[in-house]
Amino acid sequence: MRRVACLLLVLLATFAGIASAEEEGLRLAPAPVNRLDAESLQRGARNFVNYCLTCHSAQYMRYNRLTDLGLTEAEITDNLMFATDKIGETMTVALTPANGKAWFGNPPPDLTVEARIRGRDWLYNYLLGFYRDEKTATGWNNLVFPNVGMPNVLWQLSGGNKLVSTEYEDHEKATAAAIAVKGLSMVEPLKDHKYAMLRVAPDVAGTMTRTEYDTFVTDLVNYMDYMAEPVRNKRIHLGIVVLLFLGVLFTFAYALKREYWKDLH
Amino acid sequence: MGTEAIANKEKRRFLIGATSVVAGVGAIAVATPFVMSLWPSEGAKAAGAPVEVDISKIEPGMKINVKWRGKPVWLLNRTSAMLATLPKMDDRVADPKSSVPHQPSYCKNETRSIKPNLWVAIGICTHLGCSPTFRPEMAPADLGSEWLGGFFCPCHQSKFDLAGRVFKGVPAPTNLVIPPYKYLSDTLVVIGEDTKGSAR
Amino acid sequence: MSKVMTWIDERFPLTALWNSQWGKYVAPKNFNFWYYFGSLAAFVLVLQIITGIWLTMNYKPDATKAFESIEYIMRDVQWGWLIRYMHSVGASMFFVVVYLHMFRGLMYGSYRKPRELTWIFGCLIYLALMAEAFFGYLLPWGQMSYWGAQVIVNLFSTIPVIGDDLSLWIRGDYTISDITLNRFFAFHVAALPLVLIGLVAAHLMALHETGSNNPDGVEIKKQPKDPATGLPLDGIYSHPYYTVKDIVGVIVFLAVFSIVVFFLPDMGGYFLEANNFMPADPLKTPPEIAPVWYFTPYYAMLRAVPSFLETQVWGVIVMGAAVLIFFVLPWLDRGAVKSIRYRGRLYKSFLAAFVVAFLILGYLGTVPVTAWGQFADGFPFYAADRATVVSRVLTIVYFLFFVLMPWYTARDRTKPQPTRVRWQ
Repeated sequence: MRRVACLLLVLLATFAGIASAEEEGLRLAPAPVNRLDAESLQRGARNFVNYCLTCHSAQYMRYNRLTDLGLTEAEITDNLMFATDKIGETMTVALTPANGKAWFGNPPPDLTVEARIRGRDWLYNYLLGFYRDEKTATGWNNLVFPNVGMPNVLWQLSGGNKLVSTEYEDHEKATAAAIAVKGLSMVEPLKDHKYAMLRVAPDVAGTMTRTEYDTFVTDLVNYMDYMAEPVRNKRIHLGIVVLLFLGVLFTFAYALKREYWKDLH
Repeated sequence: MGTEAIANKEKRRFLIGATSVVAGVGAIAVATPFVMSLWPSEGAKAAGAPVEVDISKIEPGMKINVKWRGKPVWLLNRTSAMLATLPKMDDRVADPKSSVPHQPSYCKNETRSIKPNLWVAIGICTHLGCSPTFRPEMAPADLGSEWLGGFFCPCHQSKFDLAGRVFKGVPAPTNLVIPPYKYLSDTLVVIGEDTKGSAR
Repeated sequence: MSKVMTWIDERFPLTALWNSQWGKYVAPKNFNFWYYFGSLAAFVLVLQIITGIWLTMNYKPDATKAFESIEYIMRDVQWGWLIRYMHSVGASMFFVVVYLHMFRGLMYGSYRKPRELTWIFGCLIYLALMAEAFFGYLLPWGQMSYWGAQVIVNLFSTIPVIGDDLSLWIRGDYTISDITLNRFFAFHVAALPLVLIGLVAAHLMALHETGSNNPDGVEIKKQPKDPATGLPLDGIYSHPYYTVKDIVGVIVFLAVFSIVVFFLPDMGGYFLEANNFMPADPLKTPPEIAPVWYFTPYYAMLRAVPSFLETQVWGVIVMGAAVLIFFVLPWLDRGAVKSIRYRGRLYKSFLAAFVVAFLILGYLGTVPVTAWGQFADGFPFYAADRATVVSRVLTIVYFLFFVLMPWYTARDRTKPQPTRVRWQ
C-alpha cells in the first residue's frame, strides 16, 4: 500500500516537472522584491502615484490604507494625494475609458490587482522590457508584451533600449545563450529551423543609471504586489500564531484521545 | 485497580478541562472575525467621513443643509434678533439647560453652539425621525401668536426653538442633536470631527 | 441540569436522538486514518455555510458590482479577507476530503450490501456538490468565472434537438449575463445548500440504519455480544471514543487548512486562478480556459472524446457516464470479500490503475492539449497531440475499472473474509 502511494507521488512530481514550461521561450528574471522592506514600498507608492496614476486607476485601493507602509495620514495627504483631498477615497483617475480607448487603443486597465493577474516577475520584466520600435504607434515595443498599446512613460528615467537579436543554429545553443544573459531574454524559432535569442540592451542613457532605474522598478513592483493584496503581511503573521495555537490544542486533544482509547487496548 | 481507576478519572477530568479551555479560547478567536466583520467597513467609514462646509456664503437668517453619514445637518446663521428670542423661550422648553447629553460639551450653553450666530444641528426630530421644517417667521397663522421662530415637525407636531430645544408638551422628548464639529477657519467648518478627533 | 434534560426529553426526543445518532451509536473499533473524512466533510460543510452566509452580507450579485464587491470584502470589510479565503480554500478542501472519503468507500467496499443506499445518497451529494461549486464559481465574475460558465453551459447545447433551447433556458439570456449570475446566486446560496443538507441527513440516516463498515469488512452486527458490555465483540460506542478521535482529526485538518488559508490561499493558481482577478469581459476570451482542479479529470475526458457524426455530444455523454457510473458500483462488485485487505492481485491492480488514471487525467485537464507535444504523423487514435492520446487511453482504463468489475471481482483470488477485526 505504502509502495503504491510513493510511486504515485513520484509520478505526480514528474508530471508537474514536465508541466512547468516557460511561456513560449520567454525567460523572466526574478523580481528582487522584499515585501518586508517598508521604505521600498513607500518609494514604490510614490513612483506609482507620480507615474502611473495619471492614466491607470487603482480603484480598489484607499489612500488611507497606505498607513500600512508606515506613513502617517499627514504624510499621505501631503505627498501622495493629487486627485482628491479625502484620505478615505480610492485611487481613481480622471481618464475616462472612452478617452483611454480613443488615445491608446484600449483603455488603460485598472492596476489594483494586476500583480495577482500577471505576477511580480512579469511586471518587473515588463517595465524593463521596453525598446525603441519605429513601426509601432507609440514608437515603443515590449519584449514581454509584444505590440503593447502603452507608451514607455518611464523612458526619460530609463533611457532608450534597443532590441538585440542573435541567431543560433539550434534550440539548445539559443537556450544556453538565453540563460547566460541572466535576465530578460527570449528564444524564438526562425524559418529554416534556426533560432534567435532576443534581449533588450541599453542604447541611449536616461536620467537614472541602470542600477537606479532597476531599484525604481523594483520598488514600483514591490508596491504593486502589496497593493494587490495589502493584508498579506498580516495574513502570514497571523498564520504563524494560528499554527502555534493549533499545536498546543493538538497536544491536549491527542492526550485526551490516548487516555480514553486505553480502555480498548 | 481501585486507585488506578480514580487516578484515571482525575486525569480524564483534567484533560477534558484543559482541552475544553484551549478549545474555548480557539472558539472565541474564530468567532471574533465574524463578529467584527459586522462593524462599519472602510468604505462605510470613508463615506461617513467628516464633511467640510464653507460657511462664508450663508446669509444671516439663512439655513443650509448638508449630508453627513446619510443624515441631514443644518447650518443656520442666526441674526441677533433670533438669538434674542432664546432667553424668552427658557420657560417654554422642556430642557432649557440642555442637561440631556444631546450635544458635545462645548455646545452645552444658551445658544447650543460654539459661536453664537452659527448653529449646527442634525435635522432629525427626536420623536420618530422625521425632518422638521424651518419656521423662522414670527407669529404665523398656523403656529399662533406666541411663535417666536423655530422648527415645526409636520409628522406629529413637535416644536423646537432656534437653538433646537424641544417645547414642553410635545411628542418629542429631547432637544435636537448637535453633532461634533469644529472651525477650521472663520469660513470653514468641519462636521463630524472636533478636537477629540473623528466621531465614532 | 438533569431536571432540565428530563423536562425536554418528555417533550422532544433529544437524548434519544443524541444516543441513536452518536452517543450510543455502536461502531466498529478498528476505524483508521481513512475514516476521518466523513466527519471532516460534515465539518467543511458547516464551515462553508457559515463563511458563505457572511460573504452574502457584502457580496452583490450584479454583473456591474460583483467583482468590485469581492475586492470590497477583501479590503474594506473588517476581516473580510479571512472569511473570503476560508470560503475559497474551503471549497477546494471540500473536494479533497470528499474524494478521500469516496476512495475509502472503494477500498473497503462500503458501498456493498446492505449499504447501497448510503452509497447512492453519497453519489447524489457528490453531484450536488459539483453543481454547488459550478454555480459558486460564476459569482466572482472574473474572466475564468465567466468563460468557464460559458463553456460548461454550452455543453448542454451539444444535446441534439433540445440542446440550444436548453442552454438558453439555463442561461436565461443569449449569453452568460447578469441574469445568469442572479439565478446562479440563488442556486448557490439557497437552493443547493438546502439540498445538500437534506442529502447529508439522508446519507447519515441510511448509514445508521445498517451500521458502519470497517477496514476489514467485518459485519459487527453479526458478531456475538460481549457479555460484559452487551455490545458486539468489535463494537464500541461512538461517544466518547470517536468523539475524542474525531476532535483530533478536526484539529489536524484545521492545521492543514490554516497552512493553506494563511500561507498559500491561491495554491499557485489552482484554488484562486490568476485570470479570475480580471473582471469578466464578454468580448475577450482568455487564451486558456480550464475548470477548477476538482473537475479536471472529467474535463480531460470531455476533451479527449472526438467529434463524431458532426456532434460533440459524445464527449458530454462520456463525461456524464464517468460520474454516473459510480451509482451502480454496488451491483458491479461480485467479490467474495468487501475490503481490499482481503482481495487478490487482480482487484488491487485494477484499483491502482483506476487511481493512476484518475490522477493523470486530473493533471492533463489543467494543461492545454499541446502540453506534451505531438506524435509523428500516422499514429493510431487519430490525434497528433500526445496528451490527447494518453487521455483517451486513460479514459478507457477508468471505465474498464467499472465495466470489467463483475468479471475480475468474481475471478479474484481473495483471502477468506474474517469474522473479527484486526486489532492490537
